[in-house]
Amino acid sequence: MSVKQIAVFIENKKGRLAEVTRYIADHNVNLRALSIADNQDFGILRIICEDPVAANGILREGGYITTVTDVLAAAISDKPGSLAQILEVLSEAGVMIEYTYAFLSAKGGAYMIFRVDDNQSAAAALAGAGIKTVDQEELF
Amino acid sequence: MGKYYQPEIECASAEELRKIQSEKLVKQVKRVYENVAYYRRLMEEKGVRPEDIRSVEDLHKLPFLTKADLRDAYPYGLLGTDLKNCVRIQSTSGTTGRRVVAFYTQADVELWEDCCARAIMAAGGTQEDVCQVAYGYGLFTGGPGLNGGSHKVGCLTLPMSSGNTERQIQFIQDLQATILCCTPSYAAYIGETMNEMGIGPGENTLKAGIFGAEPWTEEMRRNIEASLGIKAYDIYGLTETTGPGVAFECQEQTGMHINEDHFLPEIIDPETGEALPEGSKGELVFTNLDKEGFPLIRYRTRDICILSRKQCSCGRTLIKMSKPMGRSDDMMIIRGVNVFPSQIETVLIREGYSVNYLIEVDRKNNVDTLDVSVELTPDQFTDTVKELTEKEKALANAMKTMLGINPRVHLVAPKSIARSEGKAVRVIDKRKLHD
Repeated sequence: MSVKQIAVFIENKKGRLAEVTRYIADHNVNLRALSIADNQDFGILRIICEDPVAANGILREGGYITTVTDVLAAAISDKPGSLAQILEVLSEAGVMIEYTYAFLSAKGGAYMIFRVDDNQSAAAALAGAGIKTVDQEELF
Repeated sequence: MGKYYQPEIECASAEELRKIQSEKLVKQVKRVYENVAYYRRLMEEKGVRPEDIRSVEDLHKLPFLTKADLRDAYPYGLLGTDLKNCVRIQSTSGTTGRRVVAFYTQADVELWEDCCARAIMAAGGTQEDVCQVAYGYGLFTGGPGLNGGSHKVGCLTLPMSSGNTERQIQFIQDLQATILCCTPSYAAYIGETMNEMGIGPGENTLKAGIFGAEPWTEEMRRNIEASLGIKAYDIYGLTETTGPGVAFECQEQTGMHINEDHFLPEIIDPETGEALPEGSKGELVFTNLDKEGFPLIRYRTRDICILSRKQCSCGRTLIKMSKPMGRSDDMMIIRGVNVFPSQIETVLIREGYSVNYLIEVDRKNNVDTLDVSVELTPDQFTDTVKELTEKEKALANAMKTMLGINPRVHLVAPKSIARSEGKAVRVIDKRKLHD
């Protein structure tokens, strides 16, 4: 149960983010979720979209450096403590989290995206605690 | 083993070589003084007369020639004989706006080709060999030099010139080429292309390659040797002196034997011009002992290297030069340390990075700064900042080990560093703007 995320390398310079998002838009790719991480030289734009294989191809054709990663999308309920509960489950299972960001499905429902060191044990631990992880099809 | 083109010279004793060099030098200086007004004037300015030069010991008394002199004297000012005695010119690319035109008499062509023949035999070449020359032919010295040398050895010569890689590979396979002569970057490309076509290193007849005309590293040598299944030999030369074959590698691969019976080498301090003892690192200077058409005396090559007369297992006694470690005009002094772009390039190749890089030197709060931007390749990209930042740090550490000073490394997007048709701009020294 995982979702494909595309990461794009962008230089930390004025206009680069606008440039890549314009490129994505011009090729009719609809972004569902994104997050950006950066240091002083570069940023990494991470995106979730409906057809990651096609979108990745389009980005590479445009000369962008990309990588596709399997990440977990965990359903989260709209009440205090939901995120804390997920993080506790993962922590108890000994799963390391590289990064996380939030995401709203078009069908309704909120999700947290997790990039972890071990997708399988993370998914199993969450399932054991009654927390649902979804795959690509269920999101769109 | 044991195959020399001119053993009486290549294996002569140090005393014999010195005697030959001294006799030739005395005659050459006299001839140049008489025939080359430009150099006569330089000698007069320095107060040196031909009779002051009695042996190689007196070489240091003579004035230098530099690339600037070649430009001032262009095209005929350094001609050493009547134009009617010349049979050929060769020329450099002139990408830096400083085109060199060198003149050759028939005797000059013969000695140049002899030097290339020595190089081919040192790489194991005999008349049984098929020698594919994939250096450019024309004004560039690479093709004509190795072509002539290959004839002298008696190899079957394939005068391919550069380019058309599929045809190169077809000729290697169909005509069973055994020796490949070209630039190292072209050899690497031919090797990669052959491997991509499914022709492995053991599936061709090549046994040796003679590669030169541009700087290359030991890593590149290993890659070429692995992809083509050959032994790769370095060859050195410059159009000003003659072309390829000024120095060549033997099977020991620990430096290049200089054909010092024709090209008398010296190492000098690039700052002071003072001649340095054997084993010192400094700028390589050549005196043409025999050339008639373009007889340069004490020509400063700008190449930084070390000379060594250590005994060589190949039996040759000709002095050896190290691979040039950089060019004195490329040398940067950063925080008091001498830094060459080639050192940074070596680290990039070793660490698996692209050699599209840009060095920026600046001075902030009276401290020199060194920033190196390097293009990221797709297979090095990961989705976490942590891993990429670690890669930047690892690269900076590797450079620190090589250079002795700490650079800041920046990973940048592919193709974001400007490409140039000729020589790439690799260094921007902003300090000059403030001085």
